[in-house]
Amino acid sequence: MATVIGTKQKQHDRNGIRRLGFILLYLFLGLIALFQIYPLIWLFFFSLKGNAEIFGRSPFALPEEWRWDNYLRVWTEGNINQYFLNSVFITVTAVLLTVLLASFVTFAITRMNWKLNKLVLMLFMIGYMIPIHSTLVPLFQFFLRLDLIDNPISIILAYTAYNLPLTIMILVGFYNTLPREIEEAAIMDGCSIHRIFFQITLPMTTPILSTTVIINMIFNWNEFVFVNTFISSDRYKTLTVGIQNFIGQYLTDWGAIGATLMISIIPILIAFIFLSNRIVEGIAAGSVKG
Amino acid sequence: MNKVMSNKWVIALYVLPSLLLLGGLVYIPIVLTGYYGLMSWDGIGEMTFIGLDNYSRLLQDSTFWLSARHSFLLALFSTLSLIAYLAISLILSARLKGSELLRKIYLIPMLLSSVAIAQLWIKIYDPNNGMLNSLLTFLGVENPPAWLADRSTVLIAIFIAIIWQYAGFYIIIYSAALKGIPYSLIEAARIDGATPFQIAYKIKIPLITGVIKVTIILAIVGSLKYFDLIYVMTGGGPNGASEVIASYMYKEAFGRYNFGYGSAIGFALLVLALLTTWLIQKLTASKDELQY
Repeated sequence: MATVIGTKQKQHDRNGIRRLGFILLYLFLGLIALFQIYPLIWLFFFSLKGNAEIFGRSPFALPEEWRWDNYLRVWTEGNINQYFLNSVFITVTAVLLTVLLASFVTFAITRMNWKLNKLVLMLFMIGYMIPIHSTLVPLFQFFLRLDLIDNPISIILAYTAYNLPLTIMILVGFYNTLPREIEEAAIMDGCSIHRIFFQITLPMTTPILSTTVIINMIFNWNEFVFVNTFISSDRYKTLTVGIQNFIGQYLTDWGAIGATLMISIIPILIAFIFLSNRIVEGIAAGSVKG
Repeated sequence: MNKVMSNKWVIALYVLPSLLLLGGLVYIPIVLTGYYGLMSWDGIGEMTFIGLDNYSRLLQDSTFWLSARHSFLLALFSTLSLIAYLAISLILSARLKGSELLRKIYLIPMLLSSVAIAQLWIKIYDPNNGMLNSLLTFLGVENPPAWLADRSTVLIAIFIAIIWQYAGFYIIIYSAALKGIPYSLIEAARIDGATPFQIAYKIKIPLITGVIKVTIILAIVGSLKYFDLIYVMTGGGPNGASEVIASYMYKEAFGRYNFGYGSAIGFALLVLALLTTWLIQKLTASKDELQY
């Protein structure tokens, strides 16, 4: 009897240690989450403050008065509306072009019969490893000669070329798992190859297409070096470069700086809320297979 | 059927546009960078062939070596931090409640632009009104460092922002790999009396070595070409204390219009990136990949 009670006591102690371990574990994981998220909350708060508050009171305090007019002010006065529209236009155009071209290539590589398909796939894979700083000077010269410097076309072409490798890598993984029977049956029925691609294959790949779209969207929206190098006039600058210029002029206006930063990250945060699973999938697919 | 799927014209139509973009905007520029590296050139005037002068100048350029040192330090830090990301992923893979949500929270900074991250951390590190020094003062630290303005702390300050940016990315990659391990394998080990630590060390890690290798390459090559965040946060300063290879290349080419010398630095960067990739693959090559 005594030994039974003894083991019960031991069991009880072990459960206690287990529970304590769990609490410590969650505390640890929670602290990391706080480290990842708190700077953004802090940014949100100071984007709503005036300078007197920022320089006079604790940085951890909530805004006394929520100054949404910081946002309104930078949106019109700081030219942020123009940068925002440029970012949307360039991002959307480049994403559509990249995903369509990548689908063509992936279809040809995985579905059609030709000898060089492995080699072409490898060319794209190696392209993923190339640092852009090793190509920037010739690219600048190339666009200069074509009179495409300070023209959004140079940016769209560069985004497409540099995002094709990752997009194709993600698509190839999916195409390889897709059954070919439907396409084969369509060929038997005398369907043309273009109709097979547009009306059968492309619709079947919509789940992975949305993954590549969101991943491309984030890359393009955030890109800095190409725009900073190839675009000089405010008319065509995107948000990343635009806010960099804006902040250079309003160095001490923290509220305005916070508001522009928030405006630049809000679209990404909204996309994240609705599409976080797709984003996670895209990141995992791109690198696990690479 | 083979006839339809072997139509050369269709293959060309589907592949050539992308291949032209890749060739024209990625591969040809690489060759040209090597070529420009042999020139003295301001980008506008005449190019003068100077042979390997740019490269021999590079070997004696103390600023270049200092930048290379910083780039390799970042690569080393980034690789070491992978251990922490792997440990966190292993903990999260133990079927914890809420692990899915935690992983997503960790990922958020990765989705923001480097410019936004750099500007945010400039504010965090602000010596007077920043979050960090206010916190340190509150905790009783006297004379907290000036972080980005101090030569001795600038690299570590930048590196903390880099951890903030990339932690979630690597945790997602490791978690995806760990999810691929069949649960029956772990269950079997548990029945045999293996502790969670043993399961992690003896089963899970060996089964994802392929992915670990990929992340080491990503971390090192990614660090070598790291640019945006440092360029915006410090511009390589104070006094070159955070200059890296890519930021030095950019300054030479697009700041001082030394297109020839800038190209030589860009080419050196490419060689370093490819060489390190090849070296890691050699060093970590195993005779037989583990299977499950």
